[in-house]
Amino acid sequence: MFKKILIANRGEIALRIIRTCKEMGIKTVAIYSTADRDSLHVRFADEAVCIGPPPSAESYLNIPRIMAAVEITNADAVHPGYGFLAENATFAEVCGEYGIKFIGPTPEQIRRMGDKITAKETMLAAGVPCVPGSEGLVPDAKAGKALAKEIGYPVMLKATAGGGGKGMRIVWSESEFDNHWETARREAQAAFGNDGIYLEKFIEEPRHIEIQVAGDQYGKACHLSERDCSIQRRHQKLVEESPSPFMTPELREKMGAAAVKACHAINYEGVGTIEFLVDKYRNFYFMEMNTRIQVEHTVTEEVIDFDLIKEQIKIAAGVPISGRNYFPEMHAIECRINAEDPFNDFRPSPGRITTFHSPKGHGVRVDTHVYSGYTIPPYYDSMIAKLIVRARTRDEAIKKMERALDEFIVEGVKTTVPFHQRLMQNENFRKGNFHTGFLNIWDFKNA
Amino acid sequence: MDVNQIQELIRLVSKSKIAEFILKEGDFKIIIRNQLPGAEQSSSPSASVVAFPPPVVTIPGAAPTLPPPAPAAPPAPAPSAAPASASEAPPPEAAPAGNWLTIKSPMVGTFYRTPGPDKPPFVKVGDTVDVGTKVCIIEAMKLFNEIESEVKGKIAKVLVEDASPVEYDQPLFLVEPL
Repeated sequence: MFKKILIANRGEIALRIIRTCKEMGIKTVAIYSTADRDSLHVRFADEAVCIGPPPSAESYLNIPRIMAAVEITNADAVHPGYGFLAENATFAEVCGEYGIKFIGPTPEQIRRMGDKITAKETMLAAGVPCVPGSEGLVPDAKAGKALAKEIGYPVMLKATAGGGGKGMRIVWSESEFDNHWETARREAQAAFGNDGIYLEKFIEEPRHIEIQVAGDQYGKACHLSERDCSIQRRHQKLVEESPSPFMTPELREKMGAAAVKACHAINYEGVGTIEFLVDKYRNFYFMEMNTRIQVEHTVTEEVIDFDLIKEQIKIAAGVPISGRNYFPEMHAIECRINAEDPFNDFRPSPGRITTFHSPKGHGVRVDTHVYSGYTIPPYYDSMIAKLIVRARTRDEAIKKMERALDEFIVEGVKTTVPFHQRLMQNENFRKGNFHTGFLNIWDFKNA
Repeated sequence: MDVNQIQELIRLVSKSKIAEFILKEGDFKIIIRNQLPGAEQSSSPSASVVAFPPPVVTIPGAAPTLPPPAPAAPPAPAPSAAPASASEAPPPEAAPAGNWLTIKSPMVGTFYRTPGPDKPPFVKVGDTVDVGTKVCIIEAMKLFNEIESEVKGKIAKVLVEDASPVEYDQPLFLVEPL
């Protein structure tokens, strides 16, 4: 087992990892930028090294500085958390070259699943259903139209180098195709310097349902069932839950089997998530694979009672997994609490938290790195806490979330607590009737 | 001697008229120097705390041998923020004045005072430095980086022991401006 792990991250996830390391008797090293001197992860680690000024490029994303910190502290493993360098194959490679264990998959696995097109090719070859679409880039509008006719409208044009919604267009019928083709290409060129476009069937009213997976170093893989992450704003998840209100035992078995097949196809090492889109007919399609621990891993931990960070570390240390699959025994919901003003277009609200009182009690878990008197730096993301509740039924979980949100007092900065309070009251949410377009339709300010 | 006792000690010494206080307990030694009222600058007494790092452990056969890191600063800050490791100080010199400049580390790595094992140090206390004067080497991942001063003045104090690990922004030298 590792003697000392350096956590190449910050905020709540760094603290989360430190906690598990402590329980495992592993020493911890925190790294931090000068903006994070007072951060909890720095306080609770056994050692801490300041590695740079606030900008991420000079601190949390800076591989030489992080490796220097590994060197002077003699850490034998690095945990990258999520975001930052968690899916940076170069970083994983550098760690390997220095004889430091990167707690996660191999560089090749990161690369293969990081590129949208090779990921899809890999999945198709493995027999995992994918969104019907072009094989690679669409050469021209004529080919595009022929393919769209075959797949059936509506279709989506997507930039291969893209992300964040740029270079994406929904085409509802052939008559619109040429127009959208041109604008998508121009936008992609401007935003990414690459006007390559691929085409996919546009899944109507899709739900985002992902499967948590784990694979060991010996070729075994398993799944830990699903999380429904359909409540999103601009492709950012706001609420996650398990089990999905849309799931059936049959669908879970099919999706779980597909997820495990995906792991076997690449001999996946570590914990990861296979994201699927599920249409209203309960057809599911591979969307992408996240080769890291995720923000919402906590939801699975609450319903399956495993410490996923511990499993991650054990896998990295060469401990085999049983290969058994796991199914939710309870119901859990997570609300991401961000320092944003939901009444002003979710504008970020950094600054000093004068009062921070988080909810407690039976079935309530709060993962956070902030405290009364803490100043949220403006350089990083706005999530300040994850509020997770667990109960026997979905109805009870919603009631518990309402109770917990009412107890959540944060003063000094604006938070998305009021947004979540209104969401919990929404009829469609309560009934489980929602898909990824939900927040586009629901005007919560007038709820 | 635990953190609370050390804090209490600092508090007591800084309140007193003691100029220098040395306590030795087995392997542990602490020197606390007081800037007494009537000295050059700051009106409030500031105590500088000097604590010696644990002995350097060399693991035979492991290459390269790196010294263990200096103990992490205790969570509750001492009255004045002090670096965790310090140089062997000569007989009591003037307490740090308010206008002294600090040369801070621009990177993470291991601090070396000399360009090579048998060479003399880049700078000593009392040397004059200018912008661009090489003051030390910081090594990371087998790359040796010569660090240049960004200030002009006279080296008043060397704050880090040779071959110690340093972090970003860690004070390395105190410089008295000319």
